[in-house]
Amino acid sequence: MKGLLVSLIALVAMGSIAQAQTTLKPAIVYANGGKFDKSFNEGVSNGAKKFTDEIKIAVVDFEPSNETQFEQALRRFAQRGNDPIIAVGFSQAVALEKVGKEFPNTHFTIIDSVVKLPNVQSVVFKEHEGSFLVGVLAALASKSGKIGFVGGMDIPLIRRFQCGYEQGVKYANPSAEVIANMTGTTPAAWNDPGRGAELAKGQFDRGVDVVYAAAGNTGTGVLQAAKDRGKLAIGVDSNQNYLHPGTMLTSMIKRVDVAAYNSFKAMQGGSWRGDVSVLGLKEGGVDWAYDQYNEKLVPPEMKAKVEAAKADIIAGKITVHDYMSNNACK
Amino acid sequence: MDDPFALLFPTAAATLRVATPLILAAMGGLFSERSGIIDVGLEGKMLMAAFFAAAVAAVTHSAWWGVAAAIAAAEVMALLHGLACITYRGNQVVSGVAINIIAAGLTIVWGNAWFQRGGQTPALDARSERLLPLFFPNAGDNILVYAALLSVPLTWWIVSRTRFGLRLRAVGEVPLAVDTAGISVPWLRYRAVLICGLFTGLAGAYIAIAQNAGFSRDMTAGQGFIALAAVIFGKWRPFPALGACLMFGLLDAVAIRLQGVRVPGVGEVPVQLIQALPYLLTVFLLAGFIGRAVAPKAIGQPYEKEH
Repeated sequence: MKGLLVSLIALVAMGSIAQAQTTLKPAIVYANGGKFDKSFNEGVSNGAKKFTDEIKIAVVDFEPSNETQFEQALRRFAQRGNDPIIAVGFSQAVALEKVGKEFPNTHFTIIDSVVKLPNVQSVVFKEHEGSFLVGVLAALASKSGKIGFVGGMDIPLIRRFQCGYEQGVKYANPSAEVIANMTGTTPAAWNDPGRGAELAKGQFDRGVDVVYAAAGNTGTGVLQAAKDRGKLAIGVDSNQNYLHPGTMLTSMIKRVDVAAYNSFKAMQGGSWRGDVSVLGLKEGGVDWAYDQYNEKLVPPEMKAKVEAAKADIIAGKITVHDYMSNNACK
Repeated sequence: MDDPFALLFPTAAATLRVATPLILAAMGGLFSERSGIIDVGLEGKMLMAAFFAAAVAAVTHSAWWGVAAAIAAAEVMALLHGLACITYRGNQVVSGVAINIIAAGLTIVWGNAWFQRGGQTPALDARSERLLPLFFPNAGDNILVYAALLSVPLTWWIVSRTRFGLRLRAVGEVPLAVDTAGISVPWLRYRAVLICGLFTGLAGAYIAIAQNAGFSRDMTAGQGFIALAAVIFGKWRPFPALGACLMFGLLDAVAIRLQGVRVPGVGEVPVQLIQALPYLLTVFLLAGFIGRAVAPKAIGQPYEKEH
């Protein structure tokens, strides 16, 4: 009886090892805005979907309702044998540092932050470069010379968006004024469209006619407010131009979808490395969106100017200051 | 710096926009609490109403069906609260908290099941799907804003000038006296709770289909609790409660406009301080200015008929 039990356990154990070797069990822990924020998280979700469609391997995921669940979620996925695991968003860095050490054989990828562990791949973006470009476009499209910015949570990462954007605005129109608001100081600030709309309306009342939202799901409220008032809005992370054709000037695209897809793909192909990748304009990690939804709002001469600025940044003729390099916008 | 007078009208409009759901919920809470039923569940009722307003408006393409569904949803929650507190004489705070938790969970579960968007409802694009501003497109003065403003004198008139109001106040103070006079305590309290459902339904509808264009999870963001605080601030009276709601609205509107503004001599005020301002002022006012808030005497006590 005992022998049978032992061999049964051995059989089950062998089975699960064999399974782990043959199939990938990828998992994603999303950030606070939620998988369907039409922005940052949804970008990751799109990347995962592309991977699933191509390789026919399902990706499991978890949407935490508050930040204390990050650690639990990461640990539970690791315990269940999920590998690789993508942690979405800077706020998971602390949790991942802990869980990453507990499971040294599991591969983790963190987006938007750097965790220095051999089994963690960190993907960060040069959001200031992409924001610079949409700032240039905002200044060119603005009639009032007042440009708005609505950030999500007040953290250095979002200040980096703001700082790059301001530099772009000043580059195109030195006399333009930027009015910036942050939604809040807690992660709830990523998921408050009502407040986003109110912040945007406050800026419109002060003369702003182009607003850039870098605020996750809160941004949907900003974009909606712009539509309601007939002002121009700039989306973020995913291409949000399709949301409100006619008032969406452009979107600052951050290729988190590619980052997620590449991580899974590298794991599958055996080329996964626990390194830090910094993706800017040159690497195609960030860009501005021009498609059938906003082509009417962006005449050829504006497009040419933005493309020229893009080429200059890639060539190194323009250096965009990174807020996070010295925690100041100068 | 901008011209201060040019900012006056937009700030007033923003105050009203933010205060509208607070006023509606506060008037609802006032009816319930005046009858002796504590309502911690304002938040949950608003959230449920917001969800149904957005979901039904998205499916039927009609804002009015959305409003009707919102009221119906809030009434169901109100009846649940009534059943627990009035019929079964349960703890009113526990029931209210349960309603908040039920609403937070069910809205996401249903949203996921019906629309597959992580608990969000489809964005409302068509004009017919939302309540739009009536006179000033930039101010956002939709019909529910006016309804909220009208609800205050109406509440005052009902509570202090009608027979129903007299009985309502009596049942919140000395239910035994009402019972002795041959008037049903449960029926009176049920009516109060249902009126509360109506108001929170309107508040939820405002949040989902007037202020925003669709539902997203936890979108009421604590406004039900602020409304409850306003009721207590206003000592369970309609006009002072309105004042408290407007104060919260004004602080919010000013906080938004103060961000990033340089104050002469001080420099740029930190975001954190500005966002803490409404709460700091609340503590300050509660400590010094409001004085003692006397609740209805029988509040929170289930009424048991003696046999």
